[in-house]
Amino acid sequence: MSADANDGLSRRGFLAISAATLGGVMLAPGIRLIEIAGARAPEQAASRQVRWGLLIDTNKCAPGCDDCVKACATENGIKATGHPRTDPQWIRKVELKDLRSGRTHSAPVMCQHCEHPPCVDVCPTGASFKRADGIVLVDRHSCIGCRYCIMACPYKARSIVFQEVTDQNPDVPRGKGCVEGCTLCVHRVDRDRQPACVEACAKAGHNAMTFGDLNDPQSEIAQRVAKYASTQIRADLKLNPGVRYQGL
Amino acid sequence: MPLRGLMRLLACLVLALPALALAAERTPKPVIIIDKPGRCVEDTETMRREHPDMLKHQRDQTMREGIRTRQHSLKECVQCHASTNTGSVLGEKGFCQSCHDYAGVRIDCFGCHASKPKLASGAKP
Repeated sequence: MSADANDGLSRRGFLAISAATLGGVMLAPGIRLIEIAGARAPEQAASRQVRWGLLIDTNKCAPGCDDCVKACATENGIKATGHPRTDPQWIRKVELKDLRSGRTHSAPVMCQHCEHPPCVDVCPTGASFKRADGIVLVDRHSCIGCRYCIMACPYKARSIVFQEVTDQNPDVPRGKGCVEGCTLCVHRVDRDRQPACVEACAKAGHNAMTFGDLNDPQSEIAQRVAKYASTQIRADLKLNPGVRYQGL
Repeated sequence: MPLRGLMRLLACLVLALPALALAAERTPKPVIIIDKPGRCVEDTETMRREHPDMLKHQRDQTMREGIRTRQHSLKECVQCHASTNTGSVLGEKGFCQSCHDYAGVRIDCFGCHASKPKLASGAKP
C-alpha cells in the first residue's frame, strides 16, 4: 500500500477497516465476529501481507484418484485435443515408491508458486511474474511463447498451448501460442473461494489438500505447517515454494 | 446507325441513374445491434474512442494486481453486448466484430477470451 492510497481512504474503506477492527475483537477464545483476513474488496489490489500456499498430505492422497486433475481441467477449460503428448498439463498425479521399504504414496504436482521463481527470472518480456500475494502467473498479453520458462522450471509445471482453444471459461482466458500453468485458481481466490482441486479433494472425502494464507498464523494451513513436518519438493534449490508436502 | 447507338447510351444512363444516386451507400456500414437497452458504463462517444485504452488499463490491473472491478472489464462487455441470437459478440453482426470489420482493426481479444458470456446455469457472482 502506498501513502497515496492511505491518504485517499474513502468512507467505505474507513468503515470496512472499523468493522474489521471491531470484528477482530475476540468474543471468546477463537470466536470472532468477522475474520480479520476476510474477503478482499474487488477494487483492492492483492496484498503483500498474504502468501497463498497449499499443503498436500500425501498420506491422505488416494493412489489412483485424479479428482483434482479432473476438477482443474473442468474449471480452467483444459480439454484433450487428441495430442496427449503436447496437451497442456496444469496438474498431474505422481505415484512414488520407495524401492527399499516398498512404501508407496501419491501426490498431485502443479506449479509450486515459488518465492524466487526461475520462470520469472528467465522471462524476456516480463510476462511471467509473481503477484504480490505469491501467486506466479503468465501474462498472456506479453507472452511471446518462447518457452524459456518451461525449460527453467524445475517442477515441469508449465505447458504451451499448441492448438486453438474455444469455449473458454470467461474467468480463465486461454489461447494458442502462450505458455500457461497452474494459477492457483486466482479468479476464485480473488473472490474468496478455494482452488478447484482443493474443493474436489474435499468433495471426494480425502481432504488431502489445504489452501490458505501461510502468513496468517490463524489460518489452518499455517497452523498445520507449524505443527507437522512438511517438505518442499527440491528444497535444495532454495526457491521456497508455496506448495508444501506432508508425508513425503 | 449512330442514332440507335445514342439511344442505347441514353437508355443505359437512365437505367444507371438510381445506382449512381445510391453510390454513397455502397460502403457497408457496421451493424450496431444493442439487445439490452440501457446505459453503458460511459457515454457513447467516450466508449467509441476510449474503449481500447479502458480495456488495456483494466486488464493490467486485473492481471498484475488482482483488482477485479467490473466497470471496465471485458467480461462485463461480453456479458451485456453478446447477441441474443448467436450468444456472442463475434460473427457478422456481432457487436464487436461488426465495427472492427468496418474499421479494419483486428480484434486479438477473443483468441484467448471467451466471446460468449458464462451460461446462466453455471453463473457465479
